[in-house]
Amino acid sequence: MTSTTVNTEVMKKPLQPGRWLIYGILILFALIYLMPLIVMLLTSFKTSADIRSGNLMSLPTEWVFDGWIKAWGSACTGVNCDGIKGYFWNSMQMVIPAVLISTMMGAFNGYVLAKWRFRGSDLFFSLMLFGCFIPFQVILLPMAQSLGYVGLANTTAGLVTVHVIYGVAFTTMFFRNYYVSIPDELVKAAKLDGAGFFTIFFRILLPISKPIFMVCVIWQFTAIWNDFLFGVVYSAGDTQPMTVALNNLVNTSTGVKEYNVDMAAAILAALPTLLVYFFAGKYFVRGLTAGVVKG
Amino acid sequence: MSTSHVLSEPVIRPQSKRFSLDGLQKWLPKLVLAPTMLITIVCIYGYMAWTTLISFSNSSFLPSYKLVGFKQYIKLLDNDRWLVSSTNLLIFGLLFIAICLVLGIFLAILLDQQIQQEGAIRTIFLYPMAISFIVTGTAWKWILNPGLGLEKMLNDWGWSSFQFDWLVDPQMSIYTLVIAAVWQSSGFVMALFLAGLRGIDPAIVKAAQIDGASKPTIYRRIVLPCLRPVFFSAIIVLSHIAIKSFDLVTALTSGGPGYSSDLPALFMYSHAFTRGQMGLGAASAMMMLAGVLAILVPYLYSELRGQRHD
Repeated sequence: MTSTTVNTEVMKKPLQPGRWLIYGILILFALIYLMPLIVMLLTSFKTSADIRSGNLMSLPTEWVFDGWIKAWGSACTGVNCDGIKGYFWNSMQMVIPAVLISTMMGAFNGYVLAKWRFRGSDLFFSLMLFGCFIPFQVILLPMAQSLGYVGLANTTAGLVTVHVIYGVAFTTMFFRNYYVSIPDELVKAAKLDGAGFFTIFFRILLPISKPIFMVCVIWQFTAIWNDFLFGVVYSAGDTQPMTVALNNLVNTSTGVKEYNVDMAAAILAALPTLLVYFFAGKYFVRGLTAGVVKG
Repeated sequence: MSTSHVLSEPVIRPQSKRFSLDGLQKWLPKLVLAPTMLITIVCIYGYMAWTTLISFSNSSFLPSYKLVGFKQYIKLLDNDRWLVSSTNLLIFGLLFIAICLVLGIFLAILLDQQIQQEGAIRTIFLYPMAISFIVTGTAWKWILNPGLGLEKMLNDWGWSSFQFDWLVDPQMSIYTLVIAAVWQSSGFVMALFLAGLRGIDPAIVKAAQIDGASKPTIYRRIVLPCLRPVFFSAIIVLSHIAIKSFDLVTALTSGGPGYSSDLPALFMYSHAFTRGQMGLGAASAMMMLAGVLAILVPYLYSELRGQRHD
C-alpha cells in the first residue's frame, strides 16, 4: 500500500473546490441510501397519531416502544395475532441447520472438485454452476410435489432441505475456487506420506479454510434468511419464515393500518442480516464478488 | 535390531495397507460428491424436465399428464396479464440495469478519488444489499405512500404542489419497483466497479497523465474500456435479479393496481399455486427460463471462447 502518497494527497486535496463537490455528492448519496432505514426507525418509535400529524423525517414527539412490542408479540399476520416472534424463531430454526449442512457439503465437494479431479468432474461442476443461474420458478412445481411425496410439505425440515439443495452449488463454488488456489504439491506430498482422503482434508485444508468458511456461512445465512419464494411456496401457517410473516403482516387488510408496527417488524426482519453485515461486512462483500467472478 | 525393526515396520505396513485402501481411496471422492450429483441431476435438471412436461399437459389444480401440445403456451401468449407482465419485465429490467450501472460507476469513480472515510461511505452504499427484498418493499411502500409518505414530507417542507402517487397509478406503478430495486442493488454495482478500478494497473493511468490527458478523458478512454468484464458480470447478475424479482413486487405493489405492475415471477406463482392453473404456470416458468438462457448462453459462449484465446 502506498499509504504515504495517499496521505499527502489527501492532505493537500481538500483545498480544491472540486474536492468539496465530490464530498458533497458522496454525502448526499449516503443520506439517500440511509433515508429508508432512518424513516423506518423514526416511524417505528412513533404513535399512530404522531405518524398522521408528522411526516417521514419528523422526529417522534414522544418516543414509544408500542410498535415494537406489538410487532413482536401481538400483531396480526393473516388470521393469527401472536406477533412475529414465532416466525422469527422459525427462520432461526431453518437458517442454522441449512447453513451448516450446505457449508459442510460445499467444503467436501469443493475439496473433491479441486484436489481429486476425475474424468467428468469439471463438466459436472459446470452443470452444477449453470443450475444455480436458472430461475427457480422452473423447479417450484416438481419440488412441491416431491416434498409432498416424502411428507416434508409445510415443515421447517422441508424448507431446510430445499435451501440445502439449491444452496449447495454456491457453497461448492466458493470452496472449489478457494481450494484450487492452494498448491497441489501440498496435497501430493501428503498423499506420498500415505495420508488418505479425509486426513488430507482435516489436517491440511481445514486449518487454512477459515476465511472461506466465513464467506460461505455469511453468504448462505443472508441468502436463506432473506428468501421469500421458497418460504411462501413450501411453508404454511405456523412454519412460515420471517419474510413471509412480515409480508402477511403488512398486507393484512383488516383494521387500521399501523405503520409503526409494520416498520418495527420490518427492522426485526432485517436485523440479523444487518448485524452480520456490519460486523463481518468484508466477508459478505467477498461473497458477493465471488458469486460473480466464477472459476 | 530393535531400531531396524521399528524402522521397517512403517515401510511394510502402509504398503500392504495401501493396496487395499487404493480401491477405497479411488471411490471416496466420488462417493463424497455423489449426494450433490444426485441432487443436481434430479432436483435441477430432472425437475426442469418435469416442469417442461407439466407445461405441455392440461394440469390445473392437480398435475395431470395428459399431453395437450402447445395449448398452454398459446393460452399464455393470448393472456393479457402475461403480456403486461412480460412488457413490465422489459421496462423494469432495462431501467433497473441501466440506472444501477450509471449510478454504480459514478459512485465508484467518486469513491476512487482517495476519499477520507471511504470505508464508512462504502458500507452505507452497500448495506441495502444485505436486506431482504420483502423489507425493502415494505419500507418503500411506506415512503411512496401517496398520502403520508414522501409527498406529505415535501408538502410539509414547503413544496405544497408536490404530488407523487406512482404507487397507485397504473401507468406509473412499475417505476416504483425500479426505484426500490435501484436503491437495493446499485451499491453492489458500485462495489464491483470499485474493485475493478482498484485492479487497473496504475502505470497505464500514470502514462496517460504524463501525456497530458485530463481525468475525464482517462476514465472514458482508458479506465472504463478496461472494465469490460465487470460490465458483463454486472449485467448478468442484474438481469438475473430482474428476471427472478418476485419478493419485491409482492411486498411493494402485489402486482397492482390491478395487474399493472405484474412481473412474470408473480404471474407464475399466482397461476401455479393460487389460481389452480398449473399448466399455464409451468408454461410461464419455461418462458422465464428461455429468457435467462437467451442472456446466459451468449455470455458463457463468449467467456469460454475468451478463455481459449488466452
